Amino acid sequence: MGFTLAEKLLAHAASESNVYAGEYVTASIDLAVSHDNSALVIDRFHELGGNKVRTPEKIVIILDHRTPANTIMSANLQKRVRHFIIDQNIPLFFDVGEGICHQVLFEKRLIAPGMVVVGSDSHMTTHGAVSAFATGVGAIDLAAIWKEGTLWFKVPQTLKFIVQGTLSSFVTAKDISLSIIGKIGAAGASYRSCEFYGTAIKDLSLASRLCLCNMMMEAGAKNAIIPSDENLRFWFNDAKKSRYDVVYADADAMYEKEYIIDVAELVPQIACPHSVDNVKPVSAVHDVAIDQILIGSCTNGRLEDFAIAAEIIGSRKVCNTVRLLLVPASRTVLLNAVKKGYLQRLIKAGGILLPPGCGPCLGLHQGVVADNEIVLSTSNRNFQGRMGAASAQIYLSSPAVAAASAVTGVISDPREVVR
Amino acid sequence: MIIRGRVYCLGDAINTDVIIPGRFLTIQDPYELARKAFADSDPLFLDHVAETNIIVAGENFGCGSSREQAAICLKFAGVKAIVSSSFARIFFRNAINVGLPVIECSSAVNEISAGDTLTIDVGKGVIKNRSLSKQWTCVSYPEWMVSILTAGGYISYIRKNKAL
Ligand code: SF4
Repeated sequence: MGFTLAEKLLAHAASESNVYAGEYVTASIDLAVSHDNSALVIDRFHELGGNKVRTPEKIVIILDHRTPANTIMSANLQKRVRHFIIDQNIPLFFDVGEGICHQVLFEKRLIAPGMVVVGSDSHMTTHGAVSAFATGVGAIDLAAIWKEGTLWFKVPQTLKFIVQGTLSSFVTAKDISLSIIGKIGAAGASYRSCEFYGTAIKDLSLASRLCLCNMMMEAGAKNAIIPSDENLRFWFNDAKKSRYDVVYADADAMYEKEYIIDVAELVPQIACPHSVDNVKPVSAVHDVAIDQILIGSCTNGRLEDFAIAAEIIGSRKVCNTVRLLLVPASRTVLLNAVKKGYLQRLIKAGGILLPPGCGPCLGLHQGVVADNEIVLSTSNRNFQGRMGAASAQIYLSSPAVAAASAVTGVISDPREVVR
Repeated sequence: MIIRGRVYCLGDAINTDVIIPGRFLTIQDPYELARKAFADSDPLFLDHVAETNIIVAGENFGCGSSREQAAICLKFAGVKAIVSSSFARIFFRNAINVGLPVIECSSAVNEISAGDTLTIDVGKGVIKNRSLSKQWTCVSYPEWMVSILTAGGYISYIRKNKAL
């Protein structure tokens, strides 16, 4: 009997010849990632008796959640992180303004195929897009990795998704993700690894793959992973990465469940308040008036997301009852979106540009929402209170739906708006 | 490790943003964090757990972010254990690490009511409901995980083992 990708990558990291789902392993970690919560990790590291981190070059710290600092308290915490970086000689540090950790890790090619990577952020699942085993943990676990270089895992069961068909125009990876989560539920992939196959996956750009793997966290996944292919090899060829382990699952690997999905008929989807699995076709929720729209986040703040939004907005204006917030996922995305003219078009239309980072995604700053407001966001979470007032209602969609809705002021199908 | 207490009931999919909203994540004092637990949805939470200190909840407890503060604020609010049909995985790890017993047992969840008195043997994985005179066997954990809980969390566990 063969092995899944999760079983193979974890076995390799644990120096075992083979491991099966359900076993516990201690794996050595190729990269430990943290963001603004590094201050908490530093405390935990010292509480664990840590003095010097074991391998400074296997640590990445990217400040992205409060950029620039929103309160004296967060400014002080960020300052502590900067001191720690110098103290410990950690070379991979990216200060505020560089972008959201998940986009920066990708752009800088810090995570390569075959790696086992852990971060103190739940959306680490994103990096399965480059065929790595990547998962999120809390501060104590991350501090333990800083100290020991290893972490325990229960080897997960794997769900296999075979996604076939060609997407219609203005239907995106976000719609695939939402439709999958709508189908399997917000706990549908709990503790599971998700492997993706099929022609529709092959056709996805790397940015779209990042979006899909990012969203699988919202189904509870431990990790999501897309096997390496030409697209990915091309991305890494350029960078002449020394580490690039192409690992595939065995043909006779044991999957807990297999889903076959056809996306040819898929229409734009939307997740309604207050749960990511409350998914409907956009056409079923038309006429909901929106107060604020966010195009950004680690799910949909990439160049292709601003490209599709700019295409839909065209020479139209943002409806005057809507605030359209634009948050590029990184400095590179920002520069490229400026160069291509996407941002100019969106800003001219009435959009408000915010610095690269998490922006208003987690309700701290830069567009906290008022009581009873209606929000449409391209991010990944619509928990009650996530973006500000607990009485606000958050809908989640693709950037195409967000841009179309920005024009009309109500939740709208992009295919209707561009017609 | 034996835990006794009365039950406070919560629903399905209690997420980390509800447990501790993002704006409180810069708070470092665990007791102050505890005062912010469920700040938006249940401002009287602290008073409730003063009398009823075992949370019994439905599916996917702790879904959402990796914030360890979600487990910390519940522990320091006085929650002695959480019995749930299922836990989100990062919350589960965090709870073990901070020494907050989390017990997966859907059959018990279906029958337990608010105010019931429970005795939980974490090592054996047995929940006794003294109000109903019933007991359930739950998902068992490896011994080392129970040792971490018994020590009061991963940090005390490491410290203790180092001292040996
Ligand atoms: S953009 Fe939102 S979901 Fe993504 S890392 Fe930042 S806060 Fe988390």
